Amino acid sequence: MGKVMLEVNELTTKYITRFGENVYAVDHVSLKVEEGKSLGIAGESGCGKSTLALSLMGYYFAPLHYTSGEIIIDGQKITGMDPDDIRRKILGKEIAYIPQAAMNALNPTLKIIHFIEDVIRAHDPKASKKEIYELARERFEILGLPEEVLQKYPVELSGGMKQRTVIATSVILSPKVLIADEPSSALDVTSQKMVIKMLRDLMEKGYVKAMIFITHELPLLYNVTDDIMVMYAGQIVERGTAQEVVFDPLHPYSKGLMGAIIVPESGVRNVKLTAIPGTPPNLKNPPSGCRFADRCKYVQPECKVHSIDFRDIGNGRAYRCIFSEEELRKAYQNG
Amino acid sequence: MVDENQAILRGVGLTKVFGLGHRKTIAVDHVDVEFREGEVSSIVGESGSGKTTLAKMLLGLIGPTEGEIYFQGKKLDLRTYKKKKEYWTNIQAIFQDPYSSYNIFNKIDTLLLDCIRMRGGQRLPHAKKVDMMTEACSFVNLKYEELTNKYPFELSGGQMQRLMIARIFLLKPKILVADEPTSMIDACSRATILDMLMKLRNEIGMTIIFITHDIGLAYYVSDSVYIMAHGKIVESGSADEVILHPKAEYTRRLINDVPKIHEAWDLSTVNYSEI
Repeated sequence: MGKVMLEVNELTTKYITRFGENVYAVDHVSLKVEEGKSLGIAGESGCGKSTLALSLMGYYFAPLHYTSGEIIIDGQKITGMDPDDIRRKILGKEIAYIPQAAMNALNPTLKIIHFIEDVIRAHDPKASKKEIYELARERFEILGLPEEVLQKYPVELSGGMKQRTVIATSVILSPKVLIADEPSSALDVTSQKMVIKMLRDLMEKGYVKAMIFITHELPLLYNVTDDIMVMYAGQIVERGTAQEVVFDPLHPYSKGLMGAIIVPESGVRNVKLTAIPGTPPNLKNPPSGCRFADRCKYVQPECKVHSIDFRDIGNGRAYRCIFSEEELRKAYQNG
Repeated sequence: MVDENQAILRGVGLTKVFGLGHRKTIAVDHVDVEFREGEVSSIVGESGSGKTTLAKMLLGLIGPTEGEIYFQGKKLDLRTYKKKKEYWTNIQAIFQDPYSSYNIFNKIDTLLLDCIRMRGGQRLPHAKKVDMMTEACSFVNLKYEELTNKYPFELSGGQMQRLMIARIFLLKPKILVADEPTSMIDACSRATILDMLMKLRNEIGMTIIFITHDIGLAYYVSDSVYIMAHGKIVESGSADEVILHPKAEYTRRLINDVPKIHEAWDLSTVNYSEI
């Protein structure tokens, strides 16, 4: 077992709306990522995936508020730290975040190299121009980005190129943990592959020690990450290795997600896509029992009474359902 | 050459050039396409390959620089607005971004009533119109009573896209151009939308032209596939033929670029030099 790079215990964060209502978008989430490993988070839109990504950085701004739980990066607890300290010492250095539309982060009036200077100076005001240029050039070369990109304006680059430039910039200080929130969903398949290759390179060459990858594209997740967690309505409903979650899902929600996979392989045309009916619940007043009960095919009356425990069944596998493993597998076999 | 009577829509030598002189861009370059009645055909290509420009020409939204379009065997003539309007009762579109497809000042009712009027139903009694609208909404699993006094911004992206399909259900066009209808919504709603499109096709016997960059999606929905690169068609044929036994190098690359589940995904083929 490798060194634990990121440990999150019972993290809860909430949004406070302008009417004063509390919306718990991340509800008692615990996770662990070891050195050299990557963790994928899957789920529909509106399930709290992106809020979890924002919450993991430990830097909160309204309407997102921290409630309880702790985040530990490589032995250092960052929850409860001064927000200014977090911004200067943690963000970018210990943990980096790539948002969905990362390419929009580029300033259209600055050349890429000046943008990178900005990033480095925010953490190290004394860094000289020459040092920064050398660092950027070396890093870009390793990641397969041409050097002339540094002297260009964002408008001169294609979407995929911009995305890769921002990723290279966000990891220029070699953070320990990288959180990638749908980094490729706005790109076409070819650029997507380049972005994925780049993230893999970052891990292999040790610039990033652990990665969290968020997407709703399961085939992508299966190919990129070691472990997968499935998120529904702010809670984790299933955890396991990529192989296990994709080919042997336990929770009925994960099973439903797997039914919507489309890949260009022979045989796909004969499979009927099964969409999960309905939409995720409103988190302003979540259901008291199982949050998936209203959309579940196998729902029982007792599902709606108590909240369901996140059951650990060994080997890192866990799920949140009242049925046992055997019962679920049997139910899936019978359709 | 396929029998001309079978093809409901045909483009011959379609070309679109933007700009002039040395800044000239040839977006679509002498493309021949043919769509047969009741079939789903996909046009697949990367961003910038000209697939949306081709779709716009087929829809009559922009005029081709060169080449002709034949609709039901007759040469298309769109010189006056009246003729365009007549053409648009036969061909309709669903676009990529549901948020910008609506007139923000019109309520949902107005939108659906417009569709009924386009089909010549303006003199129907009001109760009948409501019946039609309720039927269309229930076709896409929406409740008409809940929508009746709402504006488009009050709906979610998936709901908006479904309402677009309800519009198509009311209009019953002969051809539907779906331009990346699922790229902005998540995988689960995608299944729902595709399901509805297929149901709609079976119900009213519509021809669907499906435009996408996801070759897996194209394979799932379509009977025939056109692969487009840099404004040219590089490969075409039936879906099984093109996806399972691709001939062109470009098609092979596109298929390689999509992550798969049962086969290994080869990342070593990535060529960084392509910007």
